Amino acid sequence: MRLPPVAITAIVFVVGFALCTVQFPNFASTRVAANLLTDNAFLGIVATGMTFVIISGGIDLSVGSVIGFTTVFVALAIERLGVPPLVAFAAILLLCAAFGAAMGAIIHVFDMPPFIVTLAGMFLARGASFLMSTESTPITAPLYSTVSDFALRLPGGGRLTAIALIMLAVVAAGAVLLHFTRFGANVYALGGSRATTALMGIPVGSMTVRIYMLSSVLAGLAGIVFSFYTAAGYSLSAVGVELDSIAAVVIGGTLLTGGQGSVVGTLLGVLIQGLIQTYINFDGTLSSWWTKIVTGILLFAFIALQQAMLGIARRAGPRKAGVLKS
Amino acid sequence: MTSKALLAATALAALTLALPATAAELTVGFSQIGSESGWRAAETSVSKSEATKRKVTLKIADAQQKQENQIKAIRSFIAQGVDAIFLAPVVSSGWDAVLKEAKEAKIPVVLLDRDIDPSGKELYLTAVTSDSVHEGAVAGEWLAKTVAGKPCNVVELQGTVGASVATNRKKGFDGVVAKNANLKVVRSQTGDFTRAKGKEVMESFIKAEGGGKNICAVYAHNDDMMVGAIQAMKEAGLKPGKDILTVSIDAVPDIFKAIAAGEANATVELTPNMAGPALDAIMAYKVKGTVPPKWIQTESKLYTAADDPQKIYDSKKGLGY
Repeated sequence: MRLPPVAITAIVFVVGFALCTVQFPNFASTRVAANLLTDNAFLGIVATGMTFVIISGGIDLSVGSVIGFTTVFVALAIERLGVPPLVAFAAILLLCAAFGAAMGAIIHVFDMPPFIVTLAGMFLARGASFLMSTESTPITAPLYSTVSDFALRLPGGGRLTAIALIMLAVVAAGAVLLHFTRFGANVYALGGSRATTALMGIPVGSMTVRIYMLSSVLAGLAGIVFSFYTAAGYSLSAVGVELDSIAAVVIGGTLLTGGQGSVVGTLLGVLIQGLIQTYINFDGTLSSWWTKIVTGILLFAFIALQQAMLGIARRAGPRKAGVLKS
Repeated sequence: MTSKALLAATALAALTLALPATAAELTVGFSQIGSESGWRAAETSVSKSEATKRKVTLKIADAQQKQENQIKAIRSFIAQGVDAIFLAPVVSSGWDAVLKEAKEAKIPVVLLDRDIDPSGKELYLTAVTSDSVHEGAVAGEWLAKTVAGKPCNVVELQGTVGASVATNRKKGFDGVVAKNANLKVVRSQTGDFTRAKGKEVMESFIKAEGGGKNICAVYAHNDDMMVGAIQAMKEAGLKPGKDILTVSIDAVPDIFKAIAAGEANATVELTPNMAGPALDAIMAYKVKGTVPPKWIQTESKLYTAADDPQKIYDSKKGLGY
């Protein structure tokens, strides 16, 4: 039952790419394909974390702000304090882990809606990054130019950059974690029903903490990738990315109410959004706000699809069990 | 009849064949910041018309104020193989990697309206910007010339604190004030570049300066604040443009309406036509190989009641300000 929504997402992506290629012959190039991965690397990473959260029946609105916070933190640590980049990365990932764990703990212990708790987290992280610096701080550490110069050259001028490779690795690791481990199975169980999961003897509290920790750590990693992308730390970066990543997850076939979904679908959801943006750039006359409009239409379509499928499942359920007889 | 149709078809074919030979030889990608202000919207529409005038295909990508969108747009322009890229950078840092890619692909980049950090100096062909220090100086010189040696107390409405435009426009004006002993800036506060704030600050200036009797002139870092200040002066029973001289910067349509009505005296234009000089530079570079200077300064033209403000208002109001 998990396959159909992902299959539809895949078809949408392939058909979309084909349509773009028909209109712009330049489109089917390794350059465009590699750009899709590079330009959406941070979104892919953060959306992988979001997939876990949404499948578990939660939501994490703080991720965009965590990305912004991370870029500023890393930039200031490296440029102002002279911390070696790798040490700065370790520090920020630890900080993000603690931040996510705290949000998860509050959600579980006080039984608060994740929406509210992570909304607070979003304001907190964005506010803190403004407090540190309101200007865009360039990062000049040698590691940054090494990483941004590194790329696997593809035939046809495409460049598979380091950050694209990091994103692909995160997606692969996320897929393994979600689909082939006990942790992953528990995430699905949590999203199916919290009460039943608790009755099954799965530690709901520690699961919740670990899921939000994962999401925040991946947001931190996305922030590091973002800082490689722009070679700067800026408190206004990645505003609204939490919503883009939720959209990617839903377009990727994950149920917003939890219990169903896949990481591969999320990657396709990210790529579809990138595809729309690339199409608009190639066209050159459309307003860039069409990205949002088309994403919105796709979201509606996928939510409607999910509801229809849920409806079918519900109608099929009782009949099978033989509870109702007319 | 068939011969007529054939003739028409041949003519059409000749026309369509002939057109690409002269037109659309160059394709330019323009990564625009967004449409946050009227000036920005005007810049976009002027860029389009300047490109059409030169038969250049201009592809505009609106970045919605986000640097990541601008980087994406530049990458996509490179993938499309455009002939040149125009960039109005939203922030000054973080462009090196993507501009290096453009350089590798041998696509010249021209910066419009704003500059980037010095580390990227080698990565772009030229920058077309206005000199905001010079704008402030032009405003100051107009005032010095107009009061002609008489003592004059000036109140200043500053732009957003910390914005480089505000700092520079103040610096240029202060430079002129320092050279003219009769000019004195008595009060200076930020009006955040907005009408509402400009009006509010002007009201407090009027109160603090004896109902405006001690004020001889207002200098605002942009026209929007001046429009607010004019409102405040009128409400206080003063005659802006007569009791108190006004000079501001940007040359948006509304200030010409005020100048035409005699309620404002002068404005210094921040031209929305940055693409015109940029296109000329790119065409010269592509065709003749002329390397333009690293900085192309746009003209900071002064407008007063002598320049037919009503006509300028009519020509500007359709640009999207």
